[in-house]
Amino acid sequence: MTVAGQVEEVVIDKDSKGGKGKRNSTINPGESRLAFMLIAPTILLLALIVGYPIVKAIYQSFLTDPGLDSATGMFNEGNAWNGITNYTHWLFQQCATADGGTTSCPQGTLGSQFWGAFGVTVFFTVVTVAFETTIGMGFALIMNRAFKGRALVRVAILIPWAIPTAVTSKLWQVIFDPEGILNRILGTHFAWTSSLWPARSAIIIADVWKTTPFIALLILAGLQGISNDTYEAAKIDGANAWQRFTRITLPLVKPALAVAVIFRTLDVLRMYDLPAILTGGSNGTTTSSILVVRQLTSGINSASALSTITFVLIFLIAFGLVRLFNANIIGAQAKGVR
Amino acid sequence: MRSRGVATAVVLVSTAMVIAACGGGGSGSDAAKTGANARGPITFVTGKDNSGTLPYIADQWNAAHPNEKVTIKQQSDQADQQLSDLQQHFQAKDPGYDVVTVDVVWTAEFAAKGWIIPLTGQYALDTAALLPATVNAASYNGKLVAAPYASDGGMLYYRTDLAKTAPTTWDEMIADCKGKTTSGTITGPTPACYAGQFAKYEGLTVNAAEAINAAGGAFVGPDGKTATVDSAQSATGLDFLVNGFKQGYIPKEALGFQETQSLNAFSAGQLMFMRNWPYAVAVLNAEGSKVKGKFGIAPLPGPDGHGASSLGGHSLGISAYSKYKATALDFLKFVESDAVQRNNLTVGTLAPVTTALYSDPELTKKFTYLPTLLKSIETAVPRPITPFYPGVTEAIETNAYAALQGQVDTKTALTNMQAAIKSATAGG
Repeated sequence: MTVAGQVEEVVIDKDSKGGKGKRNSTINPGESRLAFMLIAPTILLLALIVGYPIVKAIYQSFLTDPGLDSATGMFNEGNAWNGITNYTHWLFQQCATADGGTTSCPQGTLGSQFWGAFGVTVFFTVVTVAFETTIGMGFALIMNRAFKGRALVRVAILIPWAIPTAVTSKLWQVIFDPEGILNRILGTHFAWTSSLWPARSAIIIADVWKTTPFIALLILAGLQGISNDTYEAAKIDGANAWQRFTRITLPLVKPALAVAVIFRTLDVLRMYDLPAILTGGSNGTTTSSILVVRQLTSGINSASALSTITFVLIFLIAFGLVRLFNANIIGAQAKGVR
Repeated sequence: MRSRGVATAVVLVSTAMVIAACGGGGSGSDAAKTGANARGPITFVTGKDNSGTLPYIADQWNAAHPNEKVTIKQQSDQADQQLSDLQQHFQAKDPGYDVVTVDVVWTAEFAAKGWIIPLTGQYALDTAALLPATVNAASYNGKLVAAPYASDGGMLYYRTDLAKTAPTTWDEMIADCKGKTTSGTITGPTPACYAGQFAKYEGLTVNAAEAINAAGGAFVGPDGKTATVDSAQSATGLDFLVNGFKQGYIPKEALGFQETQSLNAFSAGQLMFMRNWPYAVAVLNAEGSKVKGKFGIAPLPGPDGHGASSLGGHSLGISAYSKYKATALDFLKFVESDAVQRNNLTVGTLAPVTTALYSDPELTKKFTYLPTLLKSIETAVPRPITPFYPGVTEAIETNAYAALQGQVDTKTALTNMQAAIKSATAGG
């Protein structure tokens, strides 16, 4: 009836014409070619910066490392075709012997440390993400409330995330020094960075301190999307605080929580700088990335194989996580509050 | 749209594969022939200057060579990080590093990989005035590959207010500590007994080597390749350190000590005996040291009267990828001159490499420990000389550390160490 009404009709008509055919039929071929040309430089850049190194590393992982020519005493070029020997070296811990065979890698070689390092990495992931999610949820709930000085609390919570990890590691190294402040306050005399469980605890404490703000931020974003009316309605219906938390907050914040957990899991699975600087990777804190960097000094192609294995394992874990959360997210949205 | 996307992806991936297959074909052998007579400004890469010896070198050289100035790049003060830095730049064939400081244990690896050029022919260096031990340490396969710059031998630092004379055997040292030191940990004003460098890094290989060699054991046989560390003598040597932690005459904090931490502990009066390099003298005599004037230096003790220090030291190598090798060679000759070696000793208490300086009357009067230092260097035992040193030191560090922590007994640690050294050197 009105102008607006006529515009509406026109729009609806156009939609119903296009709605019967394919989804993209409203874009004409000229536009799609233009779109392609516009993003081509970006794709090319990504291929060079991301695609090429990955492909090259995978290619290198099938080559030999330089060997020593005992006649001249000099290393040869290496890079001969090696099949999957580099992979069996890491996965089955088989080291080459002088007469050409293989044997189980002895204690003290890098080859014997692969599964140990991977286990340590997964251990750190599970423990730190569990701690960070719990504490981060607490922080997010606090930051979500309106109270005097909230801005100050928010900034204070975010500061650990803002400091570069290398600086954080050095700071915590000073704190964890046997003569340092932590021992002074606790009245103990732990050698934090030179025994097994103290060193692992040190890494976990430092990592949780540093990245809980990140999870808290992401959860806060999810929390702020829940309107107060829902809580009001629940209160009227007689729900107590715990029921409100488990029946309203948790399901509605799950998408944000899923993103936070997946991000953090991926981050910790490739953790390098914190253990490398804090403990030097000794005392059972060698992660997969530290092992790769150590191997680089002895042979690039073997390191490429190790790095590819690590990449595949991390990918599988991340893929599993995404499938797990995806199912939950879709379920939450389907029955969610409209 | 979909088929075009797939086609694009295929093109990009195959381009990447072609580049990967063709890339890396350029050889570095041409680099050795260029820059042979070229002169120009050079970059000298070295570890952190703990005692202020480098400004003198830069000033003297730059004053005499205004067109071939040297820029000194200081790396971290941790040996492992210095090695990583050099390896990355050499693997990338970086022409920006002209002269590099090569620790004695890296010499074989760098030479075998062709990263530093042999000092023969037009790059020959006169070594008549140098200590033979340092010349051997800077050679590979009989050829000199780097110019000795500073030598190093382990020495025992002891508190003169707590021990009248320095002990010559391990048992004497433990007996000296009784009644004057705390056991097991560093607490309060009473010092602990003894500490070296026992964190899991290259320094642990040095300390383990000193203990094992002093007892008559050896990591590798005379051919430099066969692992021989699994022996009764090596076990006696390693047990000196293992028992230290068990019985308490080495504090457990020492498991995290690198050179700096052990030096700080001794400087703060927390240790009665310390094993460290000669550079520590300058630091202990500086302001802020609580033991200034209260410490002495002696040769390392051993099980029956004489210890074996590990030969350390640094040489300067010319990078194969340098553009100004002639200038670099002159710089090498410059740092071996009397003036620079004297400055290294007086300012940095680094051990000089020229034999004459050890009998110079003026210097021996000022540095009374010079004869001790000379003996330490001349009788020092080098660590295994092999191009596979990274793998060998990893084998020694890991197993020695496990033994010191008490995770495995000494015999098992040595058996594993021998197997791991064998595996590391099998990479030929």
